[in-house]
Amino acid sequence: MNVHLYVLQRLTAALMAPLVLVHLVVILYATRNGVSAAEILGRTRGSLVWGLFYALFVAAAAVHGSIGLRAILREWGPRSLAASPRGLDFAMYAFGAVLLALGLRAVASVVL
Amino acid sequence: MQQATEQSTGRTIAVAIWRGGADGDYQTFEVPLGANQTVLDVVTYVQRHLDPTLSYRFACRVGVCGSCAMTVNGRPRWTCRTHVSKVVENGRLEIAPLANLPVIKDLATDMSRFFEKWQAAKGVFAPSATRGEPIAAISPATPERRIVDAAIECINCGVCFAACDTVRWNEDYLGPAALNRAWTLVNDVRDAGNGERLYAVSRDGGCHACHTHQSCERHCPVGLNPTASIAGLKRRTMAAYIRGEVT
Repeated sequence: MNVHLYVLQRLTAALMAPLVLVHLVVILYATRNGVSAAEILGRTRGSLVWGLFYALFVAAAAVHGSIGLRAILREWGPRSLAASPRGLDFAMYAFGAVLLALGLRAVASVVL
Repeated sequence: MQQATEQSTGRTIAVAIWRGGADGDYQTFEVPLGANQTVLDVVTYVQRHLDPTLSYRFACRVGVCGSCAMTVNGRPRWTCRTHVSKVVENGRLEIAPLANLPVIKDLATDMSRFFEKWQAAKGVFAPSATRGEPIAAISPATPERRIVDAAIECINCGVCFAACDTVRWNEDYLGPAALNRAWTLVNDVRDAGNGERLYAVSRDGGCHACHTHQSCERHCPVGLNPTASIAGLKRRTMAAYIRGEVT
């Protein structure tokens, strides 16, 4: 991991720390009387704030997780991949893109 | 070492010593147990009395030169300052070459890779003055010098390098000793090489590869904390990166 990836991973970690806390608090609040799809969608559908909140969360997680995956592959992955910076970068971008796409799709499905 | 033999307790100890190269195996010797006997004494006894073909490396025998590090009962140690009584397990001693370095023969490893990392981390002093100028007066009380003093006493034994998980997993990783050395120079006010040095430790395999497992700190025979030095490098390189000095 170089300094560029290190800074990005720490920044996204710092960003996600409060987002995770809010997310957990909302889970506790939302499930206090049981939970239903209608109740969740009632809160999120059409909400710009929740849409932006979770879009930011997804973007940060995609960046953070894909850098972490690159580090894992660098150390524990197949030798041919671990020794190839381009291969590692490709895996990182591909994994990040998948996380971003799946995450934003999920956000869109509860907000739009 | 002769003294240890003379003060023999009358008992012996089974010592398994690595023989051969990477594909070698352990060979067991019965060695007289002496009072205040070090692991290096044991290895020397085997070579002097039982098998003169045993290869190992040592020089000062008093914990200064950093030559005699080996793996003792699974942990990297400086053998000249390691008493057998402190490390023996179930009456048995297992001595192997240092991990993370190619084995030349028996207990001798090729440490080229270890020292090449020092070069790669720019662990060489880059003078900011010529010999014609007055000697710089460095007060031991300055914050920079205190940081340097905390990390400067490395004896280059390779124990931290052998103990490090990241070294084992990432062959490009510079390792605790080289990064610790770089940190002492980063804080040396006489040094003029920090531009290159911070760049060298910021690349893939540099200080940011460290997982803070702290095995280096746990095993360092002279009580240094390379993990703290690496953390310092992470902070310094991050600040330099934000200022645009390291890309």
